[in-house]
Amino acid sequence: MADTEAPPTPMDDTEPVRIEHPVVEFLRMYLRNWAAIAGFLMFMAIVFAALFAPALLQRDPFEMVWMPFSPPGKDGYLLGTDNLGRDLLIAVIYGARATLAVGASAAGITIFIGITIGSLAGYYRGWVDEVLMRITEFFQVLPPLLLAMVLVSLFSPTLPTVAIAIGVVSWTGVARLARAEFMRIRELEFVKAARSIGSRDRRIIWRVILPNALPPLIVNAALTVGVAILFEAALSFLGLSDPNVMSWGKLIGDNRDYLLDAPWTVTMPGVAIFLTVLSVSLIGDGLNDAFNPRLRER
Amino acid sequence: MSSAPNLNADADNLLEVSGLKVHFPLPRKNLMTPGGTVHAVDGINYNVRRGSTFGIVGESGSGKTTAALAAMRLVPITAGSIRLDGTEMTTLEGDALRAMRRKIQIVFQDPYSSLNPRMRAGAIVREPMDLMDVGSPDERDRRVAELFRRVGLRPEQVALFPHQFSGGQRQRIGVARALATQPELIVCDEPVSALDVAIQAQILNLLRELQRDFGLTYLFISHDLGVVQYICDDIAVMYLGEIVEQSDRISLFSTPLHPYTWALISAVPSARHRKGEEDNRVRLQGDPPSPIDPPPGCHFAPRCPFAEDRCHREKPSLREVKAGHLVSCHLVGEDCVPPHVKTAAA
Repeated sequence: MADTEAPPTPMDDTEPVRIEHPVVEFLRMYLRNWAAIAGFLMFMAIVFAALFAPALLQRDPFEMVWMPFSPPGKDGYLLGTDNLGRDLLIAVIYGARATLAVGASAAGITIFIGITIGSLAGYYRGWVDEVLMRITEFFQVLPPLLLAMVLVSLFSPTLPTVAIAIGVVSWTGVARLARAEFMRIRELEFVKAARSIGSRDRRIIWRVILPNALPPLIVNAALTVGVAILFEAALSFLGLSDPNVMSWGKLIGDNRDYLLDAPWTVTMPGVAIFLTVLSVSLIGDGLNDAFNPRLRER
Repeated sequence: MSSAPNLNADADNLLEVSGLKVHFPLPRKNLMTPGGTVHAVDGINYNVRRGSTFGIVGESGSGKTTAALAAMRLVPITAGSIRLDGTEMTTLEGDALRAMRRKIQIVFQDPYSSLNPRMRAGAIVREPMDLMDVGSPDERDRRVAELFRRVGLRPEQVALFPHQFSGGQRQRIGVARALATQPELIVCDEPVSALDVAIQAQILNLLRELQRDFGLTYLFISHDLGVVQYICDDIAVMYLGEIVEQSDRISLFSTPLHPYTWALISAVPSARHRKGEEDNRVRLQGDPPSPIDPPPGCHFAPRCPFAEDRCHREKPSLREVKAGHLVSCHLVGEDCVPPHVKTAAA
């Protein structure tokens, strides 16, 4: 090479440099999946109803407004009334709040515990891994619904307790996933590079490895929201939730005896649960596809 | 010329490695029987002169990369001493170790996994300066731009992410990151073996220019003899965790003494194969023995076409047979005639 002062010019621009921010690329990939878009719009509609409808409607979901068991559409009640003559439409709309709040915070607790345990186990390995994985297995072998019921019964049946109970019984999957991702990524050279430039463990775990481990964890988190909503419904159905807060599970639980005589009292909140979990699952699937580099066009 | 070759501590040596051992324990088979130990690097000595390029060659599994990572304290060291610029590296911990890391940086083999895919190219190059507190924030930004220019990238490319660069460009980013803290020694762990040949030459030339301009010292790991011959001043040949031959470039390539080196050199494809010239390429049979339970004698003996009884029983030591040329082989006599030459003459 000639001894010139000019810096060497890059000759290896064989691939054109495509300037696309990862966020843009992610959106492009997500928006290619129509089911994921439908799921997102549906979920947003439910969230909007939960957040703003109560303030707009100014109603009490527990109020008896008409005679019990009025079928849907009759007498001006779109979804009918339940065993106590409550307007099911109002109850379902108000119930979205508790269901979503518990679902989201339980998923948050799940992700937090799962990532903390999984990342420490996967990063440090050795005895840390042994101890944390034995704890994880302990929680895995307990029947989750029973454990959640015990936890809620032991403490007061309030929404925070329910959320914590669901979080405590369902973090194991996230922990194992996070551990696997950390074990894979910690062997990559950019982690060695981070250490060679003097990064401490804390920085390597949270700033170097975690961002790269996030895609599968985000997908898992979305699916966890669905599972947590079902959990909350199951607990409310069994009467193990705050009796003073309207929720879909509680509606189903209150009306379960009248399933054959007035099926809409159970199906209306059931459909609400179904649609919410479906939308969250569609979002999770869409995220999974969007994060999967194999589906990306070259 | 005894068992401790060429260990005269020299002010000219930037890196002095002696008796370095890196053993990895294998997981125990069950509660009672402990697992074996992988002797990845089993007692090697070498010195790297300031401003020179020291090459370590060997095939996959010879321990060459482990030897390089050990010099950077990136793998746990079982025994031995590593002195960088007179400072013992093996006992440093915590902040003292982090401070020494400024002086020794590394360029990795695979440019696709050595850059954090979630960081922008500029941040990748800037990070070492942020972590080691080099200069003011403004100076760091200026230096990143300067480094980008210096390694042949455009300064406006700092905003791109690694996947937006080609392999050669990524390796340039890796080089810029290694240069960021103005180190004295750069460990190059097969920096071009993942690149295609045309781009290999560009990166090698870049490394040479940078060495000339900044007075850098390289510890260059490679399995490619052509690359090593092009860039290295001194070369050590590793086989199964040990150095079997060490010499300056000219002596090693003109008169390889160890049968393994000879086999390696004869295996390099050459375009200058003349008609009528007999094909005296050696083809080694078999694989290197397992580093878990190395054989008692010379590690190369099972594959060596010249091996005698003694080779299987006694382990040869690395000794200096002529000025600056060290070899570990029973069959190289004081007359410095290697076995392959003897056999050819007979």
